Amino acid sequence: MTDTSSTTVAEPDGPGGAADPVVAMRAITMEFPGVRALQDVDFRLFPGEVHALMGENGAGKSTLIKVLTGVYTSTSGTTELRGERIAFSGPGEAQASGVSTVYQEVNLCPNLSVAENILLGREPRRFGSIDMGATRARAAELLGRMGLTIDPGSILAEHPIAIQQLVAIARAVAVDAQVLILDEPTSSLDQDEVAELFRIMRHLRDEGVAILFVSHFLEQVYEIADRMTVLRNGRLVGEYLTTDLTRLQLVSAMIGRELGALAEVERLADAAADDVDGTPVLEATGLGRRGSIAPFDLRIAAGEVVGLAGLLGSGRTELARLLFGADRADSGEVRVDGRALSLRTPRSAIAAGIAFCSEDRKGEGILADLSIRDNLVLAMQAARGWARPIPRRTKDELVETWVTALDIRPSNPDALVGTLSGGNQQKVLLARWLVTQPRLLILDEPTRGIDIGAKAQIQKLVAQLAAEGMAVVYISAELEEVARLSHRVVVLKDRTKVAELDGSASVDDIMRLIASAEGADPTDPSGPDGPSDPTRRSPSSTHDDVVLTEQVAS
Amino acid sequence: MSTVPGTTTAPGVLERVRGSRLLWPVVALVALVVANAARNPGFVSIRLQDGHLYGSLVDILKNGAPTLLIALGMTLVIATRGIDLSVGAVAAIAGAVACTTIAGTTDPTSAGAVTRGIVLALVLCLVLGLWNGFLVALLGIQPIIATLVLMTAGRGIAMLITDGQIITVRNDAFREIGAGFLILPVSILIALAALGAVALVTRRSALGLLIESVGINPEASRLAGLRSRTIIWTVYVFAALCAGLAGLMISSNVSAADANNAGLWIEMDAILAVVIGGTSLAGGKYSLSGTLVGALIIQTLTTTVYSMGIAPEVTLVFKSLVVIAVCLLQAPKVRERFRRHRRTGPAEPTAGVASWSADTDGPSAPGHPVGQDASPATAPATNASTAPKQKVAQS
Repeated sequence: MTDTSSTTVAEPDGPGGAADPVVAMRAITMEFPGVRALQDVDFRLFPGEVHALMGENGAGKSTLIKVLTGVYTSTSGTTELRGERIAFSGPGEAQASGVSTVYQEVNLCPNLSVAENILLGREPRRFGSIDMGATRARAAELLGRMGLTIDPGSILAEHPIAIQQLVAIARAVAVDAQVLILDEPTSSLDQDEVAELFRIMRHLRDEGVAILFVSHFLEQVYEIADRMTVLRNGRLVGEYLTTDLTRLQLVSAMIGRELGALAEVERLADAAADDVDGTPVLEATGLGRRGSIAPFDLRIAAGEVVGLAGLLGSGRTELARLLFGADRADSGEVRVDGRALSLRTPRSAIAAGIAFCSEDRKGEGILADLSIRDNLVLAMQAARGWARPIPRRTKDELVETWVTALDIRPSNPDALVGTLSGGNQQKVLLARWLVTQPRLLILDEPTRGIDIGAKAQIQKLVAQLAAEGMAVVYISAELEEVARLSHRVVVLKDRTKVAELDGSASVDDIMRLIASAEGADPTDPSGPDGPSDPTRRSPSSTHDDVVLTEQVAS
Repeated sequence: MSTVPGTTTAPGVLERVRGSRLLWPVVALVALVVANAARNPGFVSIRLQDGHLYGSLVDILKNGAPTLLIALGMTLVIATRGIDLSVGAVAAIAGAVACTTIAGTTDPTSAGAVTRGIVLALVLCLVLGLWNGFLVALLGIQPIIATLVLMTAGRGIAMLITDGQIITVRNDAFREIGAGFLILPVSILIALAALGAVALVTRRSALGLLIESVGINPEASRLAGLRSRTIIWTVYVFAALCAGLAGLMISSNVSAADANNAGLWIEMDAILAVVIGGTSLAGGKYSLSGTLVGALIIQTLTTTVYSMGIAPEVTLVFKSLVVIAVCLLQAPKVRERFRRHRRTGPAEPTAGVASWSADTDGPSAPGHPVGQDASPATAPATNASTAPKQKVAQS
């Protein structure tokens, strides 16, 4: 990287390294009943660096973080903070010692104000009660230090997720954190928001904070991290300078094999491109919903993968939800196989052979307390109705087939889905729909927050399904994926469909369209709910509102 | 990858029993009976006379039948993340309708009058269940508020029906429901038959799975194509029908409809029975056998308190202590602590501070034990209210 701070710490192996590590973990082994999650892992974190912890799901990243923060007590090995041996009893004690963690899901109180969230549990007091004025002033000062202009008195829930994430970070550094752990902070942020986050991370790093960063986005890691530690199957693969390691080397280190799978995806996708025939499976004309997405036309043929590209809140999820009947359209019509349908509920869409994997895997996808088996057959069972249970033997066959085909682990069908890793949960969801043999499969961010191996598997599966004649709508924030898989790419911006590109479109083409369209259209067709101030009011909050009311109503 | 369970040997019977959620409720039930028997050996004696079984245990079954029935409906409601506070009022309405109908016919002793009374009562309960379901499933009102409406209004409706009087009926056929015997009390036979039917229908068909998935995550269920609303609506209707049947039993047992006191606070007993039985108030997985045990514990406890001659002032405290103990023993955290203690002893440092998140990336969110943790808090309120009803029932 370019700045100087990285060079001072980037030579820890050099003779008499410039600084002592703030965190030094040695030979950490962590055993759970029957599982060795970590084995002899060393880890060092220096002040003033951003250090990426890399590895596939289940490699032991989270476990290592939990050992560091005292959620787990390691079976063996030592942890030193500033040269002193420590064993935190829990995250609270870790935080008191200057080790703060921000998790992937924002763990704040949405109904409290920003200031209250930042200082929750350590509010300034006066006469035994909380001094709200001082709380707000202190919060404003902290936010200002991070270069953020958020009204500390505003209610947290009014802000988009990205801002909430930044508030969580403000909360974490409010205790003069010397070590800041960011576990997948970017998985729900769009590009601008990531840039803002990185600006703040660099700012904190330059102040001497040691930042441990976990992300599945390789590009982001290369942009922000000074060094990285790679884990695989609970073991340390190595510690590298970011500049020393090419992306390909990193990926190989993470998954322990050469990455031929993605090349195969491309080949499959190209092969499938020739097979697309003209008959549309689904044809939407003037379909739209006020405040959600402006009316659009869309045709999807059998065997075709249509990619939806756009920033977070551009309307890509909203479009998908209309096609599935998850939200009700208030204009336009949908034809499936030439027959006009009213998609009033997901049920009617499913009956027409449409399937939809939501981007919100936990909130709208899996049923965490049910087994893999029950999750897998749920959609099929719902379509059959309660009175016609799927016979036990058929169920077992289905489950066995799909667990094997998609390489779902653990393969025990009685395992609760909530205990699976993100990638495996996604596979269970995919299997739930594939069991119903849909004609059109809508995938909203199917590869978010899952490891590279599973990402490649899922993309390969999509290409295969399309080759077998299934129509697929593919949504992803990772434009490479969209470009790689899609026969056509629909570009969305500000809740409007702005362009449709053919399969030869490159990532650059798509980005140029998104960028050129960005903020250039003053006549916002999405109605009064449209974003008036793009920096503060992310359209995604509107979407959240929609979802919220839906949940209340159901 | 690292998901192979440590010991793959088939768990022995002992292990399975130890791991069962029903273990502690059953232990509590047995302990209660043993304690009673130790004090009064006659407690467990049962004798057959004129084709009737007599004994304290039989009385427990007989008096516990309405609670069991209502708890049965409540189990399904709670499984969908709901709660139905109106069941006590609905029971009172059912009794009021049945008794006024029977008393109002030209021949109040005829079987026809009974049939008419029962049918009318259950039809009205069906309507009341539809109303609750309408508020919850269609309008999206929080269940506790939605059913509070009928809980408060229901007794008024019952009063209107009975004109504020206690309506007594003399009809042998009607008396059979709550006070009759077919060797065993008819009421418990009805309740057990209902329990068996529900178990059969929900577990043999896919209804149980659908109810549980709606309770675990309504939105995810909707997107998987479930008719979430219809399912939720149905469980409220079913709960009201159960309450109606229980109301018939209560009024039949005393051959009278008392709009004020019939089924008073029985909703609390029912909720408690469900929770003791291991069904979480957070919704999702439910246990019908647990509910059966829970209902029996509640009734045994009530009987115990009276038969032991515990002073009325201490009664409520005693009851709540037992309930707290059972709920604590079931709470995942406490169970985990017990297990660790047993497995490793205190010397060896072990892992599971947070037992529910032993997996690495993205296990389900914490917060499951809510139902368990919440239950002791409801206990005192419940018990404060059971005593008057029981006096009526036992006198």
